[in-house]
Amino acid sequence: MRSFARTHATEVSLLAVIIAISAVLSVSTANFFSLGNAFDLLNISSVNIIFAVGLLVVLIAGGIDISFAVAASVVQYGTAIALGWIGGGGWISGLLIAGSIGILLGAINAFLIHRFKVISIVATISTFNIYFGLLMFFTKGVSIYDLPDWLTDRVILFEHEMPDGTWIEITLPVLVMVICVIATWVLITRTTTGRQLYAFGDNPEGARRFGINIGAMQFIAFGWLGLMAGIGGLIQAHYAQEVVPNALYGRELDVLAAVVLGGARLGGGRGSVLGCVLGVLLISITQNGLNLMGVSPFAFKMIIGAIILAAITLSNTNIERLLPFIAQKGAGR
Amino acid sequence: MFMHQLATAGGSEKPLLSLRDINMTFGGVRALKNVSFDVRPGEVHCLAGENGCGKSTLIKIITGVYRPADGASIEYDGETYSHMSPVTAQDRGIQVIWQDLALFPEMSVAENIAFQTVLGRWPKLVDYGRMRQIAKDALARLGVTLDVDLPLKEYAIAQRQIVAIARALVGEARLVFMDEPTASLTQSETDHLLDIVRGLSASGVAVVFVSHRLAEVLEISSRITVLRDGALVGVYPASGMTQSRITELMTGKTFDQRVRAKSRDDQPIVLEVKGLSRPGQFEDVSLTVRRGETLGITGLLGAGRTELALTLFGMLKPTSGTIALEGRQVRFSSNRDAIRAGVAYLSEDRLSLGLIQPQSIADNLVISSLDKILAGGLLSDERKGGLVGRWIADLGVKIGLQQDAISTLSGGNQQRVAIAKWLATDPKLLILDAPTVGVDVGARAGIFDIVARLAESGLAIILISDEVPEVYFNADRVLHMAQGRIVGSYDPRASSLAEIEGAVYA
Repeated sequence: MRSFARTHATEVSLLAVIIAISAVLSVSTANFFSLGNAFDLLNISSVNIIFAVGLLVVLIAGGIDISFAVAASVVQYGTAIALGWIGGGGWISGLLIAGSIGILLGAINAFLIHRFKVISIVATISTFNIYFGLLMFFTKGVSIYDLPDWLTDRVILFEHEMPDGTWIEITLPVLVMVICVIATWVLITRTTTGRQLYAFGDNPEGARRFGINIGAMQFIAFGWLGLMAGIGGLIQAHYAQEVVPNALYGRELDVLAAVVLGGARLGGGRGSVLGCVLGVLLISITQNGLNLMGVSPFAFKMIIGAIILAAITLSNTNIERLLPFIAQKGAGR
Repeated sequence: MFMHQLATAGGSEKPLLSLRDINMTFGGVRALKNVSFDVRPGEVHCLAGENGCGKSTLIKIITGVYRPADGASIEYDGETYSHMSPVTAQDRGIQVIWQDLALFPEMSVAENIAFQTVLGRWPKLVDYGRMRQIAKDALARLGVTLDVDLPLKEYAIAQRQIVAIARALVGEARLVFMDEPTASLTQSETDHLLDIVRGLSASGVAVVFVSHRLAEVLEISSRITVLRDGALVGVYPASGMTQSRITELMTGKTFDQRVRAKSRDDQPIVLEVKGLSRPGQFEDVSLTVRRGETLGITGLLGAGRTELALTLFGMLKPTSGTIALEGRQVRFSSNRDAIRAGVAYLSEDRLSLGLIQPQSIADNLVISSLDKILAGGLLSDERKGGLVGRWIADLGVKIGLQQDAISTLSGGNQQRVAIAKWLATDPKLLILDAPTVGVDVGARAGIFDIVARLAESGLAIILISDEVPEVYFNADRVLHMAQGRIVGSYDPRASSLAEIEGAVYA
């Protein structure tokens, strides 16, 4: 356990902060500490967690992607149109189409980065603008409301009324999110490809000398994020029951902040699925708590920004000094 | 042990690796010219030569990173190749420990050592149990225990070196290349590493050792192959070799080392330090440096030399004692004050602190003297070019264009630019901290010629080095520092090198 705390210092401290915030919120608000609210939080956070685990893979491989949220909007439109062509479709065909378009858009980023040696932030800021520009141009900013019924109907996989009258619900987005989280975890920690991604992000030159296929690494990382963006996009359309071209605009920075909060390093080689999920949850919980406390929504961004800043500053200034019980120094230093 | 004896005794034994007719050209420059190179099974073979002589290129050809020009023959363990590929080289037991180690600091020790188990084109499940077992076995073979689950970044450079060696062993290594493995190790760490190398050799693994430290080379290797300017100079048995002979072979020049010391007692005092202390770093240091004088300070790593230099340069504050420049007592609140007062400090770590690698030669040179190239309050390119051109010519720096990045220059030429940068500030006192680290033997002599010329022109110089011969031959007086105190003062004309070395290395 102690070694887990040492090698997962970020996750442990995030968990501690989440527990602390939850404790404060359950005392100061009436509704926070209920299972119903907890499941609400999961439902609300599902799309962001799906995006986050995708982005995590790109960060681990040493890249960054600004375009995925807008790409998810492109996927929503593309999927809606394609579903129209095939006469409606269903969840399987919908996810296949959305995933494929997502992978394609991710592959464009990987191609630019690998083939033309454009650094990833520049490449994806460009595709971010291109994707969004094309989307607004072709849709003229018009939303789609006549989506197939299967897509807009809420799918409740499990529901139960609690003695206090609240409902706990597990909906389809949560199931999809759990699958995406587990798949990403398996990819990056249990497969050789995932370890190659870590190695590539940690020391690209070292990875190259081992004969790791650098181009393949870029395509896998950005393709995985594309897949997650595609799936997340479809789930977001399902959740919102509409497709609005600029609905996800700006989401990329929220997700990026959450992933970095979860311990992923800009520059590659570090980051975990657990940290990433906790990062998203910490932000959702804070937002939810502020909401329940009746804080003005206009102040949310400011408070969330301050929390991210504080958390990242603290984790950079050596978390071990703040949480001395973790500080069992290694033999090395 | 058996294999080892066989190797050192064997003159007729069949080589494990045999290269013939290796040619390599980069952008019109011939990096290797008809080089041949042999390694016998289980021997420790040193590859010697100055930076840019083609050592690294040769290693990269053997390990398949580069492909030699047509006509080359690489014979390894009974098979002949026209070129290697990284995969073939690794499959056949050729391993390289690169100077920058090519390790993955964020990943665990186990994963670093058993990294080859995660290689392969198609995804497989990772077997962490097997990985840890492989790592533990490899470390056990080296007689080292490390926590294999910790991220590698938790360990210091010496242990990382061991991890890199352990990784090489995992690949059933039969031929291991070590590129400057001791460059950043302390003496005791180096001794441990050399023991490990002997162990490898005894177990039948051939080691090709590349090092700038010639004493080490002579200690560890059985044969030495010398390259110069991309061509083979010769292959020599280590027994009967001396450091100065290797230097001559590497550079093609003979260096007559003579003591340059002179008395400067008739000259005015530039720097006078009395009772200077920073507890824990240095205590009660008093010294004087006169105009035109070169004061050598030597001592082991951690003796407080660099801290003393940084204090004289205003970057650290003394707790007691006084510093006087040309008779006037000074108190620096930062190194900006020190620079203004005429103190220049060439830092120990040129690569990361002294020069800004991606920037141009010209920009690096003028960085400390921007006020001298102003015209009407703005930086003048014309004045900059003039200033840079003057110093480049004066110090004989070999450059292409002033606008080229400093990183394109060799170690010796970079050091000249670093010196020029400080000379451009018109200092009275120049502190050189380990000025020859990472500089070739040949270029070192050039740097000391410059130092002598600067002293002759009236500059007061403090020369800091942990290599006693450097200060012995190039300074007028030598101070020995140990544990923060000055424990000895020598005049090179009156003392022998052995006497000072005996005191310092005791």
